[in-house]
Amino acid sequence: MEPNDRLSLDAWANPSSSCNGLPRKMSLENPSFTNFNLQQQEQKWDDTSILNYGIRIEPPPFHEFNQASESEYLLSSTCNNQPKVLDQEDGLNNEALQTSKSPDWDPRTMLNNLSFLEQKIHHLQDLVHLIVGRKGQALGGHDQLVTQQQQLITADLTSIIVQLISTAGSLLPSVKHKLSTGPPNGQLGELLFPPLAGMNCVPQPQHGSGSKSVQPQCVTGSKVSDQCNQMDVTVSFGTEQNLSIEEHEMKEEEDADEGENLPPGSYDILQLEKEEILAPHTHFCTICGKGFKRDANLRMHMRGHGDEYKTPAALAKPNKESSSEPVIIKRYSCPFAGCKRNKDHKKFQPLKTILCVKNHYKRTHCDKSYICSRCNTKKFSVMADLKTHEKHCGKDKWLCSCGTTFSRKDKLFGHIALFQGHTPAIPLEETKGPSVSCDKMDGNEASNKSGNINFSFGSNAGSGAQNIIEVKEDADDPASYFSPLSFDTCNFGGFHEFPRPTFDDSESSFSFLEAP
Amino acid sequence: MKRQKTLETNANNGNLFDLLSEEIVFTILDFIDTNPLDRKSFSLVCKSFYITESKHRKNLTPLRQEHLPRILNRYPHVNHLDLSLCPRINDNSLNVISNTCKDSLNSIDLSKSRFFSYNGLMSLALNCKNLVSIDLSNASELRDSAAAAVAEAKNLERLWLGRCKLITDMGIGCIAVGCKKLRLISLKWCISVSDLGVGLIAVKCKEIRSLDVSYLPITNKCLPSILKLQHLEDIVLEGCFGIDDDGLAALKHGCKSMKALDISSCQHISHVGLSSLISGAGSLQQLTLAYACPVTLALANSLNRLSMLQSVKLDGCAVTSAGLTAIGNWCISLSELSLSKCLGVTDEGLSSLVTKHKDLKKLDITCCRKITGVSIAYITNSCTNLTSLRMESCTLVPSEAFVLIGQRCQFLEELDLTDNEIDDEGLKSISRCSNLSSLKLGICLNISDEGLSHVGMKCTKLTELDLYRSAGISDMGILAISRGCPGLEMINMSYCIDITDRSLISLSKCSRLNTFESRGCPLITSLGLAAIAVGCRQLIKLDIKKCHNIGDAAMLPLAHFSQNLRQITVSYSSVTDLGLLALASISCLQSMTVLHLKGLTPSGLAAAVLACGGLTKVKLHLYFKSLLPQPLFEHLEARGCVFEWRDKEFQAELDPKCYKLQWEDLAQ
Repeated sequence: MEPNDRLSLDAWANPSSSCNGLPRKMSLENPSFTNFNLQQQEQKWDDTSILNYGIRIEPPPFHEFNQASESEYLLSSTCNNQPKVLDQEDGLNNEALQTSKSPDWDPRTMLNNLSFLEQKIHHLQDLVHLIVGRKGQALGGHDQLVTQQQQLITADLTSIIVQLISTAGSLLPSVKHKLSTGPPNGQLGELLFPPLAGMNCVPQPQHGSGSKSVQPQCVTGSKVSDQCNQMDVTVSFGTEQNLSIEEHEMKEEEDADEGENLPPGSYDILQLEKEEILAPHTHFCTICGKGFKRDANLRMHMRGHGDEYKTPAALAKPNKESSSEPVIIKRYSCPFAGCKRNKDHKKFQPLKTILCVKNHYKRTHCDKSYICSRCNTKKFSVMADLKTHEKHCGKDKWLCSCGTTFSRKDKLFGHIALFQGHTPAIPLEETKGPSVSCDKMDGNEASNKSGNINFSFGSNAGSGAQNIIEVKEDADDPASYFSPLSFDTCNFGGFHEFPRPTFDDSESSFSFLEAP
Repeated sequence: MKRQKTLETNANNGNLFDLLSEEIVFTILDFIDTNPLDRKSFSLVCKSFYITESKHRKNLTPLRQEHLPRILNRYPHVNHLDLSLCPRINDNSLNVISNTCKDSLNSIDLSKSRFFSYNGLMSLALNCKNLVSIDLSNASELRDSAAAAVAEAKNLERLWLGRCKLITDMGIGCIAVGCKKLRLISLKWCISVSDLGVGLIAVKCKEIRSLDVSYLPITNKCLPSILKLQHLEDIVLEGCFGIDDDGLAALKHGCKSMKALDISSCQHISHVGLSSLISGAGSLQQLTLAYACPVTLALANSLNRLSMLQSVKLDGCAVTSAGLTAIGNWCISLSELSLSKCLGVTDEGLSSLVTKHKDLKKLDITCCRKITGVSIAYITNSCTNLTSLRMESCTLVPSEAFVLIGQRCQFLEELDLTDNEIDDEGLKSISRCSNLSSLKLGICLNISDEGLSHVGMKCTKLTELDLYRSAGISDMGILAISRGCPGLEMINMSYCIDITDRSLISLSKCSRLNTFESRGCPLITSLGLAAIAVGCRQLIKLDIKKCHNIGDAAMLPLAHFSQNLRQITVSYSSVTDLGLLALASISCLQSMTVLHLKGLTPSGLAAAVLACGGLTKVKLHLYFKSLLPQPLFEHLEARGCVFEWRDKEFQAELDPKCYKLQWEDLAQ
C-alpha cells in the first residue's frame, strides 16, 4: 500500500493512532481490501467535490485534478492543524454551535442556519478564487512566500469548512435532537465513537481539547453527504478484521485449554446446534432482518433505524453491565456425537467460547472447502487457517527431483545423501534470471498481479539488451555502436508498461506546475 | 582424387616428407611446441603440411569467439580448448563448440570468459560426452541452473568453480549427484556454498582426490564426511574460519590417503586441532600453514610423526626459535621449507634447523629481517643441494655472505636477492651457479656492470633477470647478459637510468624475450624499442612507463612485428593517437595502461579502444570518462572489456639513489 494513500486515509478517517495499523493489516489479510480502499478514496473525492462545488468554474480536467488533490491536502490539514484553527475561529465556532443548540426544531432557525451557510459558502468561494489567483502567481513566481500565504489561506479555509460542516450538521433534525439532549461536543463524540473505538481496541479519542469538536463533525459531514453506507462498510470491514484476529487467538486458546481442569459441574454446558454453528451471522436486525457477525456491527446498523438506537445505553456493549454480577462460567459442547468435545463423551473436554466451537466444528466435522490458491493441494475448513497457511506456502520449499518437498534445506540434503539418483531440483524460474525468481517470491499475494507484470517486463528488457549487444557485436560499422537509440529503447521499453501507482498522476501534474 | 594427384606429383618432385608416415611427422611436430610461431611456419610450408598440422594439433587457444567455427573446422582433433584469451564467450559459441567438437573434446577452460549461461553449458555437457575437465572459475554470474547443466556432464573429473559466488548448495548438490567421477573440485570463494553442499560432494563423489574449499563458510560439520573419502590426497581449507579446534577434536579418524593439506589463514585452528586433523594421515607430504597458528615447540612436536613430510610452508607465521629447533629435530629431512615473512626467525633457530635438513632443495626466507651472515653460512654449509633460494630483504646479511652462496650452492636455479647488500664480488661468485635460470637483483644498489658481466658470461641458462632500481647497472652489463644468455625470456631494467638504446639493440638478439620492462629509463628511445620489436617476436608483456623518449616511431614496428603482445603500459611516454591506433591492430592485445599521455585525444583513444577487439582491461585517467560518450563504454564493456579509472596526479620521478632511503623511512 502506498504510504501516500495511507496518510490521506489516516487523515480522513480519524487521527487516532490505531488507524495506522488497520489498513496495513487488512492489506495482508483481506483480499477485498483494494475495494475498500477504493471506496475510501471515492468517498474522499466525493466529499471534496461537494465542498468545492461552488468553485468548479475552470473546466480543464487537468486543473480539476489538481484542485482535487489540493483540497485533499486541505482536508488532511484539517486534522493536522486543528489546534491552530480552533484558536483562530473559536468564537465563530461557538456561535455556530449556539445557533444549532435551540431546544426545539424550528423552521426559522433552520432558515437562519441556511442563510449562514450561504454566507459561508460565498466566503469560501472568494477564498478559493484567491487561491486560484495565487496559484497563477506561483506558476510564474514560486517562492517560499507564496507557499506561506497558501498555508494561511489553507488554515482559513479549513476553519470555514469546519464551521460549514458543523452548521450543516445542525440542520439535520436528528443530529440537532441529539445535540439538544446533552453537552454538545463530548456527547456527539461519544455517540459516534464508541463503536469505532471499540473496533480499534484503543482508548477513546482524547477528550477535552477543542480538536474533538472537529472529528465528530467530520463524520456528520459525511452523513450529510449521504455516505453513511460507506461508513458502515468501513466499520464492518474493520470488525471482520478484528474477528479474524480473534479467531487466531482463539485457535491458540483452544489448544491451550487442553490443560484446563475445571471440575465437572462447576460450569454450565451449552450446546449449539449444527445450523447455529454454521450460520454466517449470529446477530440479526429485528427490524429489517439483516444479519451480522458481531453485535457491535448490529448496533452500528441499528442507528439507521431511528434515534432511539442512538442513546448511549442502546449503543453500549451489553455484556459490560452483566459483568458486574457474579460470573457463571460457561463452557461449550460440540453437537457431533462421539466427538471428544461432545458432552456425552467419556473424556469430555469442553470448549471455551463460541468461537472455539465454531472453529472446532468446522475443522473436525466439516468439509475443507478452502483450497490454497498457491499450492492447490492444502485444504482448510476455516478461512483463518488458510490465511495462516498462505503466509508460509511456497516459501522455503526445498524440492527434490523425486517431487518431495522439504521445509528445511538440511532435510533435503539428508534425503539426497540417502537415496541414489535423487537430485536437488532447481526451480525453473531461476533459469530465466534473477528477476523472475523475484517474481516467484512475490507472486503469492493475490493483489500482486501488477507486480508480476512488472517483473516479467523487466526480464524481457534484459534479454532485449542482450540481443542488441549481440547485434552490435556482429555489426562491422563502428558508427552503429554509437546509436544511443538502441540502448534507450531496450532499456526503457519495459518501463512504459509499468502500471503507475495512483498518486503518480497527481505528482506528475504537480511537476507540470512546478516547471517554469 | 584431386588430393591424391597432388600427392603423386609431389612424390614425383621428390618430396621426402611424402615418404614419411603421418605418425612420424606427428612425432616431429611434437618437438616443435616451444614456439607457437614455429608451428605456424610449418603449416604454411605446403598444403600437406597444413593438413598434417591441422590433424596433429590437440590444444587450441583461440583469441576471439568469432573465429571459433572456422578454426574448429580446421582442427578436428582438438581435445583441449583454452578460451582464457576470449573475454566474451556466449551461449552461441558454446553451442558451436559442442556441435563441432562433439566427443573429441576433453577439456575446456572458461575461466576468463563471461557472457555464457546455463544454455551453453547444457549443450556442452550433452554433446561432449567425453568432457573430463571444465574450468568455470570467475563465472560469478552463473547460478544454480548453470551448475545443474554442468551436472549433466557425467564423465567430468575435474571442475573448477572458483569465485562462482551465486552458486549455492543446491547447484553443488546437483553436481555432486550428477558428476560421480569427479576427482578434483575447486570451490574456492564460492561463498554461497555451505556445509551441506560440501558434505554432499564428499558423500556422493567417492573418487575425489583433490578438494579446494578455501574461504567457504563451512564449519566442522562437513569434515567427517570429507575425511572419509578413500582417495582424498589434496585438501585446501584456506581461510575456513568456521573450522575450530573444538570441532576438530571431535573427529574420530583422519584421512589416511592425504598427501597435501593447506590450512592457511585458519585462525581458529591451533596445533591441537591440527594434530587431530592429521592423525592417521601418515602419508602427508606437503603441509601449508601460512598465516595460521604460531610455530611453537608444541606445533613442531605434533608434526613429528609425519614421516613422509617433504614440504612445509609457514609463511607469515609467528615463529619461535624453540619451534624451529624442534623442526630441526624431526627425524625426516625436508626438501622444501618456506619461512617467508615469518616473525621471529633468528640466526639461532634457522641455523639449528638447516643443519639437520641437509636435503633442502627450496628455501624461502623472504623478509626474515633478523637473520645475518651466520644463517647464510649455516645454510650454505649444510644445504648444498639448494636449487631455489629466496631471500628478499634480508638486509642484515653482509655482502661477504653472498660469496658463500656462490661457492657452496652451485646447483641453484632460482635466486632472489632483491633488496640485499650483495656487491660485485658476490655476483662474481654467484656466476658459478651455471644452472641459474632466474636471478632477481632488484634494489641491489651495490652491484655494477662488472659483477653482472660475470653473470652474463657464465650463467648461460638464465631466462629471468630482474634489475629493478639497481641503479649501478648500465649498458655494459646488459650487453654482457644479452651476449651470454640467449635464452633470456624476461628482463626488468626499470629505473636503471643509465640504460640506453645500445642495451635494447643488443637485447633484441634474445629472440625468446617475452617480458620487457624498462620503466623510467629516460635515455632509451623509439629506435631501441623498434629493435626489440623486430628482434623479439614473442614479446607478450611490455612496460615502457615513463620512457619519455619513446613515441609513435616505436609503436609502428611493435604493431607490425609483435603480434603476440598481450599487455602494454605506455603511461608517461610520448605515444600519441597515432601510436595507440597502430597498437590497436595487434589482435592479441588484451591489457592497455594509458595514463598521462600528452598527445592523446579523446577521439584517438576511442578509435583505438574500439579498433582493438580483444581488449579486456584498459587503465585510463578519470579525465577521459567525461569526455567520451557513455554508450562507447557500455559497448566495450559488453564486449568484455573492463575499464579502470585512475585519478593520479602527474608524478615526477625521484632520484633512484634516494628511492631506497625514502622507502625505508616509510617502512619504519
